[in-house]
Amino acid sequence: MTSPQTTEPAVTAPALQFNRVVKTFRRARVLDGVDLSIAAGERVALIGSNGAGKTTLIRCLLGEYVHTGQIFVHGLSPRQHRTDVLRRVGFVPQLPPPLRMSVGQLVRFSAALCDAAPQDVYSVAERLGLDAARFAMRPFVQLSGGMKQKLLIAIALGRRADLLILDEPAANLDPEARKTFFELLGERLGQVTMLISSHRLDEVSALVGRVVEMDTGRIVLDDVVADAVALNSVVDCRIRIKRAEAAFAVALAEWKFGGDETGLNWTGEVAGADRLRFLGVIARYTGLIDDFSLTERRL
Amino acid sequence: MKSLWLSARLDALTSLRARWFQIYVLVFGGIVALFFLFGLTESRVLGFIGLSRLLVTYIQLTIAIMPVFVLITTVRSVAGEREAGVYEYLLALPVSLAGWYWGKTLGRYVVIFAPVFLAMLGAVGWATLQDIEVPWNIFGYYTALLAVMAACFLGIGMLISALARSTDMAQGIAFVVWLGFLLFLDLILIGVMIQGKIAPETAVLIALANPLQVFRTAALSLFDPQLIVLGPSAYVILDTFGATGYRFFALFYPLMLGVVSALGGYLVFRRGDLP
Repeated sequence: MTSPQTTEPAVTAPALQFNRVVKTFRRARVLDGVDLSIAAGERVALIGSNGAGKTTLIRCLLGEYVHTGQIFVHGLSPRQHRTDVLRRVGFVPQLPPPLRMSVGQLVRFSAALCDAAPQDVYSVAERLGLDAARFAMRPFVQLSGGMKQKLLIAIALGRRADLLILDEPAANLDPEARKTFFELLGERLGQVTMLISSHRLDEVSALVGRVVEMDTGRIVLDDVVADAVALNSVVDCRIRIKRAEAAFAVALAEWKFGGDETGLNWTGEVAGADRLRFLGVIARYTGLIDDFSLTERRL
Repeated sequence: MKSLWLSARLDALTSLRARWFQIYVLVFGGIVALFFLFGLTESRVLGFIGLSRLLVTYIQLTIAIMPVFVLITTVRSVAGEREAGVYEYLLALPVSLAGWYWGKTLGRYVVIFAPVFLAMLGAVGWATLQDIEVPWNIFGYYTALLAVMAACFLGIGMLISALARSTDMAQGIAFVVWLGFLLFLDLILIGVMIQGKIAPETAVLIALANPLQVFRTAALSLFDPQLIVLGPSAYVILDTFGATGYRFFALFYPLMLGVVSALGGYLVFRRGDLP
């Protein structure tokens, strides 16, 4: 006689758990009883207009704000088990902070705290198109917006984090860096849980499998995203235009497209996750376009 | 411990790049250079000549300049960093709150103490080269006094930074605190006593609670052991502590004030919202 096989899935603790989280500033209730559970490996977009409570929720999650209710990261409270929780978290803020320290000091400081190798951070930065080692002596605050963002992403991804909290991470990146960024996220699929905050769904829809929308401190929508684009996919694009146009050439040059000698035929590739943004750019020249094709290929 | 050392190192290195630090170094280095340039070591006042004269003048000037400098720059940078979003990012790294706060305090302490001490050490080195006798007892006590003064006002600055939620507020409080210490120096208290508004014992007690006054009196006590320049207050001080006892009190009390203030700041910092 054999015992019956168990077919029920194993019950695992969620990666993130918010139970009736309330945060008030003086009399303003910024988080109003947030309940949310995110499983390990999920990619979730946290969207909402300015003032919806996204940043406050993230700060509570990072153990930076005191609040009522409970938050658990892999079963641990971020406030009480700060270092244990944050050792597993890679965080990219919406606005790069005005850090006066040099790039080298920042990389060494963060790598030492996270038990990571500075070289790993420099490697990720290099993949994003930033030769951070060359700027090691320069104060972080003196880098351009895009360079700062690349370095912060490199610090978050250049270590063993199983939770990524990204606040508008690709906002300041050029198309080439965004493509690499999506590839980097794609390499971590299934291994890490991602919470990506944005005030626009189209910016992040291709990155996530679930959308949580906040409004006035509450969750007003929790839905899945049916977007079949893989993070590591690339879309080959061909465009033919009716007449050569300088503004169009400049726009495509930013996406590293190449044109023939007539200036009428253009080819290039776009990260699959970035195609919506690309189409938004192309849409400005609709009247100019004679022929257009997109072909997806997986790397 | 790793958090503490890393935070201390980071804060010290960051401070070295700051404009305030360059001005700070320039002020104290400049004071000593000017003293030598204008022959202060060769002048004689109240029988003091040589390096003793320079050190006495240097410590008096330091007592006037250092507290306000330390208070304002500490609250400006600490509260300013929080306001600018630096804390939001750096405290999202796995650094312990104790390590971060005390590391920041330690790093800043090194940065504010080193220039005033090195300027004085430079004066001693120069005097040695010029065959000017070095009063080691004065040098040793003044070094301790400077170390305690830096700790005292840094601790108060850290408390203010933790309490105030904005840079403007922090700067305002720091300035009022410094003004309060300044107003209750012996001269003001003597005026109040003469008008008979407070008892002499109360006036002396207030003076002894004021770290600025404690430093001034301790600095005087080395070349005026009977504290004659203080008038009748000297009797209360010397009867209560004795000359040596007072010099010890002048190191112990401000140090405790600084440590307790910094500790209070830490408790406030740890308990509330971090950024």
